[in-house]
Amino acid sequence: MDLNSINEFLAAAIRMSAPLMIVGAGALFTERTGVFNIGLEGTMLVGCMAAVYFSLQTGNLWLATLGAMFVGGLFGLVHAFLTITRRADQIVAGAAINLFALGITNLLNGPLYAGYEYRPRVTLYPVIAPEALQNLPILGPILFAQPVIVYFAFIIPILATWILYRTTWGLAIRAVGDHPHAVATAGLSVYALKYIGVITSGVFAGLGGAALTLADLGLFAPGMTNGRGFAVLAAFVVGKWNPILVAAACILFGSADALQLRAQTIQLAIPYQVFVMLPYLLTIAALAGLVGRTVGPKTVGKPYDPESI
Amino acid sequence: MDHTSEVSALKMVGITKRFPGVLANDQINFEVKAGEVHGLLGENGAGKTTLMKILYGLHQPDEGEIHLNGEKVKILSPRAAADLGIGMVHQHFMLVENLTALENVVLGLPAAHPPLLDLEPARLRFKELTREYDLRLDPSTPVWQLPVGDQQWLEILKLLFRDARLVILDEPTAVLAPKQAKQLFQTVRRLAAEGRAIVFISHKLEEMKEVAERVTVLRDGHVVGTVDPKVAKPSELAQMMVGRDVFLSRRERKTYPEKRDLLVIEGLSCLNDRKLPALNNLNLTVKSGEIVGVAGVDGNGQRELAECISGLRQFTSGSILINGIPVDGVVKDNSLLGYVPEDRHKTGLVLNFTVEENLFLKTFAKFPYTKRGFIQWREIRKKAEAIIREFEIRTPGSSVTTYHLSGGNQQKVVVARELSSDPALMLTSQPTRGLDLGAVESVHKMLLSVRNRGGAVLFISTELPEVMALSDRIIVMFKGQIMGDLVAEDADVNRIGELMLGHQEAMKTIP
Repeated sequence: MDLNSINEFLAAAIRMSAPLMIVGAGALFTERTGVFNIGLEGTMLVGCMAAVYFSLQTGNLWLATLGAMFVGGLFGLVHAFLTITRRADQIVAGAAINLFALGITNLLNGPLYAGYEYRPRVTLYPVIAPEALQNLPILGPILFAQPVIVYFAFIIPILATWILYRTTWGLAIRAVGDHPHAVATAGLSVYALKYIGVITSGVFAGLGGAALTLADLGLFAPGMTNGRGFAVLAAFVVGKWNPILVAAACILFGSADALQLRAQTIQLAIPYQVFVMLPYLLTIAALAGLVGRTVGPKTVGKPYDPESI
Repeated sequence: MDHTSEVSALKMVGITKRFPGVLANDQINFEVKAGEVHGLLGENGAGKTTLMKILYGLHQPDEGEIHLNGEKVKILSPRAAADLGIGMVHQHFMLVENLTALENVVLGLPAAHPPLLDLEPARLRFKELTREYDLRLDPSTPVWQLPVGDQQWLEILKLLFRDARLVILDEPTAVLAPKQAKQLFQTVRRLAAEGRAIVFISHKLEEMKEVAERVTVLRDGHVVGTVDPKVAKPSELAQMMVGRDVFLSRRERKTYPEKRDLLVIEGLSCLNDRKLPALNNLNLTVKSGEIVGVAGVDGNGQRELAECISGLRQFTSGSILINGIPVDGVVKDNSLLGYVPEDRHKTGLVLNFTVEENLFLKTFAKFPYTKRGFIQWREIRKKAEAIIREFEIRTPGSSVTTYHLSGGNQQKVVVARELSSDPALMLTSQPTRGLDLGAVESVHKMLLSVRNRGGAVLFISTELPEVMALSDRIIVMFKGQIMGDLVAEDADVNRIGELMLGHQEAMKTIP
């Protein structure tokens, strides 16, 4: 690989990490309140479609972004209702959401572009850095020739960390996944905290979907998330539920993704599928305890029953 | 000030709480004055914790009223309770292990600069309070690193932070070493001296003497009486706590001549769930044709003893032999050990299974109930119906779900299953808890039948009259050791009561 393609790879790695980091920052809140949301994969996919839909309808990039977040939030609300109010099994509810999202996006894929002869590319997130900076060697493509959503992707995990560790609400969120009854006896509403956590994860999964479609593709394709939502859940294991480490794991996974795309176009001695497997190999290693002990919030996966105290 | 004219800090009137199939609280009247430590005494399941959960807003009473400082209140949630100045230290701590001590304290408290989490003012207050009450707690230590004793202090600190005026302590000494308990009693008395009203829940009689001004005794969900623990005799309290309304008469039995050692325990020690010593170098032998009753106040190692014998708990040293065969892990041989566990719903039965399925839970895979890998339902049903007739289990049929049976008949299913394999040793723990007298009678008959055909029965119960009615020999456990070993015919309630409290003088027959 020459310098140019290394530059291109690094830029792509950052760009492809962005959706993962956004979804990961949101997922922090659901996981910390003790609710698994494997439905993030499907929620993200729905976010991808909603972003394109609202962009086609309004022609406004930011309304499209808000639309994707709103639809993601709705999916979060459904998951919250099923798992918190109805105390459904969190894995089953999440799997149902994934399958439903896959079905509905496949169904609506035709109508989405009805009336168009060919699939138009919608407005993309702008690159806002001055031209001069973008043309800098090495740093230019990596740091400055990036769509604006990439900067958000780096700010959001920092903001999430700040909320978790520097606000009273964050303290309650951190507590509720470990010992909901302690939170209840401290006079806080466990249900409200969990609902907010799960809905937040949905909102950011929607935004992650928007980041995936509106950063450089500009269109929707069925099944386009292709396991990215699951990759985020894997990043939690590798990042040990620490927001900054989770974001780092997302960058690692995003880079592996960029690498496999590159490997498909240039001749490498290693088959590109190896790079597709890499993140999950790392996840398996983490689960096997090879990279230190991994402990999630204690009650994650278990429904909260206020009477069972 | 004249204390008698004061309005009670707390008055609970006619509190009734029903759970499906259980009357947990039955018309309970309970009252605490400001500045008073009021003990709430009773066995497990007597309704103490339910009553306090009602007070703390975790349960709503079906009937009755709560008055705080003379005003009628409705406590709909823990938050409402906290706002009314009620604080509770739960038996299972309400601490978040991954947070620091300080973070646990401020959780749910109004912040100085919301929404920011500014811990500094709270840290100062934390240090102030720990100094004032002489507690050694570091605010920055994560709770999972704190020993349980310190976690208890942290719970109390939480109450001080909220300046609770009515403090409920639910079995606070269960996790403490004796020395720590002494410090706790001092602190509790100090909290009372500050004008707070204290409810101190325990099933340990000796603690009440030390800490409480008045004691209200609960049994089976109702108030037996309120006494001054310094005046009342321990045996009197014990009787209030465990006595049944109808005293059981001693069961008739024949002498069984042939004596073989069926259970031999030597030097047995083990730890409880909290990793504190539960059994301490215990020796016990049970012979054929003998029922040995184990008496004692709950929590003195009886449960751990049963779990060691049944293989559910690992012991740290010593040995257990059943019919000469060493026990190491779960006993798989049904002809060796039958076990009727304390909680028939959780460990004795699969409630969603039918009666016949439960009856053959241990033996279904054996010939003739399984042939060539297939379960022979016809064989099982035939045998199940015979068992149901023999033990008079009242059920519409053998294929009825056990869930639908009454508590007494559920227990008969468990005992019948364990008896049907004719075990050398029958181990039972609270086998008649919560049963009506008719069912108690049946279960007792079943246990006597084991004895009369030459088996050994080890029978653990906190119901003293029952132990006395059924046993050939009675041992009294106290703090993981055997405090006394008496021939049942010579035993009387007062003597056993004294032994239950650890007064070894009462055991004159032991050298």
